[in-house]
Amino acid sequence: MLQSRFVETVVGIFIAIGLASLLMLSMKVSNLSSLASEDGYVIKAHFQNIGGLKVRSPVKMAGVVIGRVSRIYIDDKAYDAVAEMSINENFKSIPADTSADIYTAGLLGEQYISLKPGGEETFLKDGDEIKITSDAVVLEEIIGQFLYNKAAETPENKSGQ
Amino acid sequence: MIKFIHQCQSGLERLGRYGLDFFERLGRAHIFMAYVLLGIKDVLRRWELIITQIYSVGALSFVIIVVSGTFVGMVLGLQGYNTLVDFGAEESLGVLVALSLVRELGPVVSALLFAGRAGSALTAEIGLMKATEQLSAMEMMAVDPLHRVIAPRFYAGVISMPLLAAMFSAVGVFGGYFVGVGLLGVDEGAFWSQMQDAVELREDIFNGVIKSVVFGVAVTWIAVFEGYDTVPTSEGISRATTRTVVNSSLAVLGLDFILTALMFNK
Repeated sequence: MLQSRFVETVVGIFIAIGLASLLMLSMKVSNLSSLASEDGYVIKAHFQNIGGLKVRSPVKMAGVVIGRVSRIYIDDKAYDAVAEMSINENFKSIPADTSADIYTAGLLGEQYISLKPGGEETFLKDGDEIKITSDAVVLEEIIGQFLYNKAAETPENKSGQ
Repeated sequence: MIKFIHQCQSGLERLGRYGLDFFERLGRAHIFMAYVLLGIKDVLRRWELIITQIYSVGALSFVIIVVSGTFVGMVLGLQGYNTLVDFGAEESLGVLVALSLVRELGPVVSALLFAGRAGSALTAEIGLMKATEQLSAMEMMAVDPLHRVIAPRFYAGVISMPLLAAMFSAVGVFGGYFVGVGLLGVDEGAFWSQMQDAVELREDIFNGVIKSVVFGVAVTWIAVFEGYDTVPTSEGISRATTRTVVNSSLAVLGLDFILTALMFNK
């Protein structure tokens, strides 16, 4: 019983360190803010091709993350993809004529939706749709087009003209 | 010809006995577990029992967990840097270190260390109690050794394991940070921000904790059962201790595969 206080103190320190490590992992290593951003409002956008966009991909405006892609599904009437974005509560004033583009972070990085604000006075509300969109750039298509153009201007063609 | 048939028969007999033994042992382990789980009411009534056990099972494993966590994190930092720098992606070092620690290495390596450090000690202690008839003496005094001896040890192991795994991962991240940012010159802001972007609380950290709880149950269960089920001789105890380390390491690796397949298949 002499040691019982010592043992209890050591166990107390042990559990405190364990819980502190868990807290550190959740605060410093992961992004706790991602949970908070889930209670935002949802806007959607139609794209012909979403490329490598995934659920939880970032939605950025001027390079700042203001939300996440919350759902991706196909519109079976128009045969295009619909991306639903959950936008953080704090960004209430997105103009109604905002345009959405899908960009790639770096050459091989992940894809994200970039919002370019328009000039209208009315703002997007929950469930609204962004009308002006441009699709993801598919690298294979560009390479294919480039090769096609190259083939079109081979020497024989040039000499024939 | 007759001799051949006899040989076949005795071979089949041995196989059958082996199978029966195996399933009997498995069944005994589960009944044993049910009694231990029922022992929670005694454990809750005598809270200091579990405190003492967390001390010997968890707190005394602290040093080995912290030291190995640091070194695993540092090695991840070095190796990851050498590979990533070829692609000019050394800023992703934080992501690599944190994800591999939180998802896999933290729970698995700390469970393996836990099996070697604490599991073997549990088996040896309980086995020796059985060999010196302390457990029988308790039964004579109408004290249920499953509730008084085994249950506190089991719950202490289950509580300690996730804490140890969390410490391992946290210390490992700082080990990787030390090597990556301190020695190799990765940008500090990119190290943390990319890590925070990529690591998710529910997907990665929460699943890592679930993994370590499962490993804690498996390792401690095997350790206390092997101790309780040991042949009460010195040779029996040594065999039981070996079996604890081998079986619980295999169980951890096998369960890890199953859990990873269930959690991270997108």
